[in-house]
Amino acid sequence: MDIIAAQLVNGVSYGMLLFVITCGLSLVFGILGVLNLAHGSLYMIGAYVAYTLTTQRFENFWLALIIAPLIVAVLSLIIELILLRPTYHLGHLSQVLLTFGLAYVIHDVTSIIWGSDVLSIPLPPFLSETLHFFHQEFPAYRLFVIVAGVVLASCLWFVQEKTRWGAIIRAGLSDKEMISALGVNIKLVFTVVFLVGGYLAGLGGVIASPILGLYPSMEFQTLILALVVLVVGGLGSIAGTFVASLVVGIVETFGRFLVPELSLFLVFALMAVILISKPNGLLGKKVMKH
Amino acid sequence: MNKQLFMGVVAIILLIAVPFFFSLFYLNLLAEILILAIFALSLNVLVGYTGLVSLGHAAFFGIGAYASALLAKEWSPQFLLTLLASILAAAAAAAIIGLFCVKANGFYFLMLTLAFSQMIYSFVHQSTTITGGSNGLSGLPSPMLGPVDLSNPVFLYYSILFMFVIVYIVLGLIVKSPFGHVLIGIRENEMRMKAMGYNTALYKYIAFMIAGAIGGISGALYSSLNGFVSPNDVYWTMSGSVLIMVLIGGAGTMIGPVLGAAFIVVLETIVSSYTTVWTMIIGIIFILFVVFMPQGLVGFARMFQKLAIHRLLVSQKGAKSLVNNEANQ
Repeated sequence: MDIIAAQLVNGVSYGMLLFVITCGLSLVFGILGVLNLAHGSLYMIGAYVAYTLTTQRFENFWLALIIAPLIVAVLSLIIELILLRPTYHLGHLSQVLLTFGLAYVIHDVTSIIWGSDVLSIPLPPFLSETLHFFHQEFPAYRLFVIVAGVVLASCLWFVQEKTRWGAIIRAGLSDKEMISALGVNIKLVFTVVFLVGGYLAGLGGVIASPILGLYPSMEFQTLILALVVLVVGGLGSIAGTFVASLVVGIVETFGRFLVPELSLFLVFALMAVILISKPNGLLGKKVMKH
Repeated sequence: MNKQLFMGVVAIILLIAVPFFFSLFYLNLLAEILILAIFALSLNVLVGYTGLVSLGHAAFFGIGAYASALLAKEWSPQFLLTLLASILAAAAAAAIIGLFCVKANGFYFLMLTLAFSQMIYSFVHQSTTITGGSNGLSGLPSPMLGPVDLSNPVFLYYSILFMFVIVYIVLGLIVKSPFGHVLIGIRENEMRMKAMGYNTALYKYIAFMIAGAIGGISGALYSSLNGFVSPNDVYWTMSGSVLIMVLIGGAGTMIGPVLGAAFIVVLETIVSSYTTVWTMIIGIIFILFVVFMPQGLVGFARMFQKLAIHRLLVSQKGAKSLVNNEANQ
């Protein structure tokens, strides 16, 4: 029983990790209709910047947690203004391809700046401890990830449901033309949402990299994980992303525990089953055609 | 039509003549271009003609390469046999993956193909006993065509050229057939095709299988050419570069993917002798193409042609008016 409880905590922690990584992608896709294939790259930049900050500048994880996502947010603002804003007329598919090209560029840029060694981010002392309950050892950082995920999800929920900006975003989700006819500057909304998406990607990079590590081509591993969660949860739904993160996290953790050699297949099999039974994902809207 | 046929025959004759005039380096380069052109052509069936953008086509390339390599290593290096095995393996994989993927549209399709190819990549990467893990399979015996040893690069080049011509002709016929027109109809407006009574899911499924099987051919040829396979052949970078080849060349045309493959391979060969940031350069070139030349190289050539014709007409008009003016005077 204890073992199952322990695995459950691990699964929830991994699920929250997935949520932190995926929520930005989900948000951007929901509003802009653009599947940002450079999301993993932004995540990677967040992680590497945090690495530089923690090892060479401040040696403080918390400062890195605040500063690195902001740097990524500024970067994504530049990307939106230079690359995406002038190309909205090309259609969503072309923009997805643009972000794909961007992922190629960032891949080399990061390997020029940070090299191609495997790196890791040092944690503050009390987060690198282990805690004991259920007769098991838990790294404190896993619990921190759970807290971070829940806080992030609540923040996103609050903004989306309780504020004017959230109302605009929800309206933009269901009908973009109508909301711009009502006098909302939809281009500004796009820019802000992309910026927030970049911020969340960077945040995901800082929070996830102590567990997942930093290495070249990490961005596509991350992107694929995020895509699986996105597909399972349903495109363009933050709540769906949250549920899917938990489900995928728990399935993956239990899979690794029970049938280690099949754990990866299990996640993809889960995705396949969900797509067959619910083609729009767990909580997704109807599939939009590009 | 006849002009096209004529150009094709000239191109084939030139390609046949290549070994007589160029060194081995260029021969290998050309062989690689032809193989990747087959790969790009197979993806073009999906991206260009059916309107399904796949980001996981390397799955079939890799399955073809590994099937061919395993068969050659364990059993028999007969070229036709390994080729057939690759086609069957890739088609079988496409039959399974396609079941899930063709249900999806747009970004869902893109994500699903990417996810499935990554799944195959992790299988290849992890199962060291069968696929050699991250080392891949090396030391493959040189392919045999009956009693003829294809270790001779010229023979191998001709085999690859032969396969390329076959694939090009077969795909050209498929695209022009009623079946191909249904695919184009799906690309343009799937709802309308459904309303007209076509079982579009079945058509997409068959297109997916064709693309997968031909992708398998290119993988098999690639492993025969190089004498080894590595997990990189299944990695997303491979899917990415072939998609870039199709789009830079010109999706939805027969010659486009071939031009794209040639463009990328030649550029990579030139660029990588100067710098290691090839990925960045291809990313930038790709972005420029998507923004400024969405029709690819083929579209560029057409635009140029139009411009030339336009200029010619204008200059003729100019000449005529000049003559008229002179006559009037």
